[in-house]
Amino acid sequence: MTAVLRIPTVLRPAVHGQTTVEIVGTTVGEVLTNLVAVYPTLEGQVLDADGALHRFLNVYVNDDDVRYIGGLNAPVADGDDITLLPAVAGGAA
Amino acid sequence: MTRYSSVLDLIGSTPVVDISSLSPKPNVSILAKLEGRNPAGSVKDRIAYSMILAAEAEGRLIPGAPDQVLLEPSSGNTGIALAMVCRLRGYHLKVVLPTNVSPERRQLLVAWGAEIIDSPGAEGSNGGVRLARELAEEHPEWVFLYQYANENNPLAHYRTTGPEILADVPEITHFVAGLGTSGTLMGVGRYLKEHKPDVQIWAIEPPSGEMVDGLRNLDDGYVPPIFVSNHGAELLDRKVVVRPKESIEWARRLTEVGLFTGISAGAIMSGAVKCAMQIPDDQTATIVTIVCDDGWKYLSTGAWSDDIDEVVERAKKIIYF
Repeated sequence: MTAVLRIPTVLRPAVHGQTTVEIVGTTVGEVLTNLVAVYPTLEGQVLDADGALHRFLNVYVNDDDVRYIGGLNAPVADGDDITLLPAVAGGAA
Repeated sequence: MTRYSSVLDLIGSTPVVDISSLSPKPNVSILAKLEGRNPAGSVKDRIAYSMILAAEAEGRLIPGAPDQVLLEPSSGNTGIALAMVCRLRGYHLKVVLPTNVSPERRQLLVAWGAEIIDSPGAEGSNGGVRLARELAEEHPEWVFLYQYANENNPLAHYRTTGPEILADVPEITHFVAGLGTSGTLMGVGRYLKEHKPDVQIWAIEPPSGEMVDGLRNLDDGYVPPIFVSNHGAELLDRKVVVRPKESIEWARRLTEVGLFTGISAGAIMSGAVKCAMQIPDDQTATIVTIVCDDGWKYLSTGAWSDDIDEVVERAKKIIYF
């Protein structure tokens, strides 16, 4: 399965400035592990030392936050759109 | 008509209107709670009044006493709501405001007598929060209500918005609202889960556009303390991100049911439609959404009048959610 990952500005230097990258994997965890394997400077920025999602990183599969649909075990299908977004203070606050 | 002694008594008890004609499925009803009917024009009236009343009860603020200063980071609506309440109570409000909010928000703050402290637009709301926290440390004499960490924010929704929704829509199955400070979702969500545990709570993540470009690294990220203290990760059932184009499309479509809303309401409506699409055909559901404010503050974005692709590009640079 190959997913298209949208990379936020803050992480783009680690992927040579690309806005999207294609990564294989059948779960979100696999895709992110493979992402770090291809772009090693992302080490510690996507997954923390315990292998969990970075506290300030939100990952969406087809716009659904993976923390609520199975976390790193959430399945990934061919062509799925995976968006990485930093957690920020947002809204009309 | 009811007669009120103060405009502050007009906060809350907002109407709910059935907008199911916009539902993508005949078995799913959608109802909108119109928070733009609050006197300063948004859902934030509830938390502004709640936070100020609590500070007064604690003795941190004294109505009528001279030289009392409040400081708050806000991309708009909380600042506007606080400014209105402060005007009535005689407090001086300083709002830390990103430079790239819609000009109507800036003018409304001025209209209510607030002082604006600019924070870098490129840093978005995060930059405003950071600057306000620094200023609060430098000026401990200022009252820093800090909506992102003030329990009276979700408490206002637990005490008012939640009970109003359940009273008006007892058949509710899903509550869909935007995730900013998380106050609405935490307060309403907790109330609904306590009184009707099967209700699903859906958070709509604002379209962040380019406003997060100011982050230097991921550790500059931010999760509101009230999201953590209210166990947001456990309280929410789903969280979906909505794109700027969807938000504007749905803000436009809401006019089909007579609602001229802010763009955040469009985003939330888009989320409600995604929610409705997931309901099986053999089940019924009733979704309640929040219309945070009306469209007046966003006319300068051209959201209803200009080419949608141009509006989307413009919107990416303006904090409008």
